[in-house]
Amino acid sequence: MDTTKTAIADSSYVKTKKLVIDVKNLKKSFGTQKVLQKISMQLFDGENLVVLGKSGSGKSVLVKCIIRLLEADGGSIDIMGENVGGLHQDGLMEIRKKIGFLFQSGALYDSMTVRENLEFPLTRIKKDLTRAAVNEKVKEALENVGLLEAIDKMPAQLSGGMRKRISLARTIVLDPMIMLYDEPTTGLDPITSDEISILINDIQQKYKTSSIIITHDIACARSTANRVVMLHEGQIYQEGSLESFEKSEDMFIKSFFK
Amino acid sequence: MKKLIPIIQLKPSVEQAKNHAIKVTEKTFDISNKASGFFQEVANMFLFAAQTFKATFSRDFEFKEFLRQCYQIGNKSLPLISVTGIIIGLVLAIQSRPTLMNFGAVTMLPGMVAVSLIREMGPVITALICAGKIGSGMGAELGSMKVTEQIDAMEVSSTNPMRFLVVTRVLAATLMIPLLVLYADALGLIGSWAGANIKGDVTFILYCRQALSHVHFMDFLPAVIKTFVFGSIIGLVGCYKGYNAGRGTESVGKAANSAVVLASLLVIMVDLVAVQITDML
Ligand SMILES: Nc1ncnc2c1ncn2[C@@H]1O[C@H](COP(=O)(O)OP(=O)(O)OP(=O)(O)O)[C@@H](O)[C@H]1O
Ligand SMILES: [Mg+2]
Repeated sequence: MDTTKTAIADSSYVKTKKLVIDVKNLKKSFGTQKVLQKISMQLFDGENLVVLGKSGSGKSVLVKCIIRLLEADGGSIDIMGENVGGLHQDGLMEIRKKIGFLFQSGALYDSMTVRENLEFPLTRIKKDLTRAAVNEKVKEALENVGLLEAIDKMPAQLSGGMRKRISLARTIVLDPMIMLYDEPTTGLDPITSDEISILINDIQQKYKTSSIIITHDIACARSTANRVVMLHEGQIYQEGSLESFEKSEDMFIKSFFK
Repeated sequence: MKKLIPIIQLKPSVEQAKNHAIKVTEKTFDISNKASGFFQEVANMFLFAAQTFKATFSRDFEFKEFLRQCYQIGNKSLPLISVTGIIIGLVLAIQSRPTLMNFGAVTMLPGMVAVSLIREMGPVITALICAGKIGSGMGAELGSMKVTEQIDAMEVSSTNPMRFLVVTRVLAATLMIPLLVLYADALGLIGSWAGANIKGDVTFILYCRQALSHVHFMDFLPAVIKTFVFGSIIGLVGCYKGYNAGRGTESVGKAANSAVVLASLLVIMVDLVAVQITDML
């Protein structure tokens, strides 16, 4: 665990950058199953933080606790200085407007077309947009994920990878300040995966977003990560730069990066 | 040695008693678990109803979605209700005719059919059909939205899913089911006219006049009030079961199924209470 501390101290973000998300001693269990035990991590302004971990290690649970889709059992979560746990419905809605969340499953609305799927959050969060501006933004987001031709299709008519990309478009159409990507490239071919990784970097550059990227895909991690956190058995196993992970002698980490 | 024998014989019975005691305790636990599970469910449902009620009167009513739901409910169940309405009227007339004939009271037929249609048959049968058609539909739709995280997705895009999904559906059911009941009553009347007139030549207008002269305002009003309650029960139960579906696609089927069962049961129970109350008036 000493490596963790040195990694934080080394990181230039700590001194220079503003804290965006601050998770302290987060705990979450389902029944007797302790999924997260004492997780502490930070997301700094403008960085891409990659979260690695085995399947079932609680990565999705972690991001869902951050956005309060799941209630944490203990600990605190601050987003831009506000304690999320203490917020009521209205405050929570305000915070959520600043956050884009890409669901692992895509979570497209089955009963709506692709266009309506993108318009639904857009017209609700940015109420002052004109009709033309909405159309423009929807088209732009779909172009970004390379699926403009699917605009009038229903989700059921799309392939798994296409759904994932539409779902990503639905998230980026809001230009959020914070992005939480839950496995953005899983189930995509290598070429599309690369495109998505590039897109994630583009979004970071263009809108200065701070992102948490959950992934198993080491290629995606390599091209997007500014910093990496590894989750194992409900705890932060290691935290540091990508290089420190690549060079690590730890067997568990090596098995990820081989 | 002799003294040992009873002890040896006693031993298995002590063991048996112990086992029996354990079984009894386990059963008691099981029953009390089931009972507390039931009460928890009831409490959760009341909580859900209260939340829905609260969300109904908050700002930003989703009018467009409400209209869409009204259309869905009407559109989905109209054919079914039409067929059932006509048949119920027909059957009522055909079945009561011989009995009434024995008492020489065939002229009572239109009034009798109309009263039983409007007071009981129309509301209850329509509500039961709607519990099957609409309640299960809502349970399955919201259940699958829950399972595939669509409800979560709504929540993170700053839309209150209670307001968008639940309130609109419950209100639509509360409004549309009474209308469907009136429609079923009307068709039932037509059906009964056909049934009563197989061998007769009473015009429909005359038949209606005869029928409705026996229907008083106090037959009509409680029946209509009752249907509003049925509507809100069907909407609430369907949404509750769907909204609280578990994880995994299996729970979608469960949600739809238990929505139908619970909604039908509640409709019958409320009807029983309503009849008692109307009787006292
Ligand atoms: N709502 C829930 N109820 C009960 N258990 C849950 C719930 N959500 C997650 N879990 C459990 O928590 C554990 C972690 O799940 P999670 O989805 O966070 O894994 P993950 O790290 O995202 O895995 P993957 O990489 O496969 O997506 C799993 O064992 C899962 O069974
Ligand atoms: Mg996951």
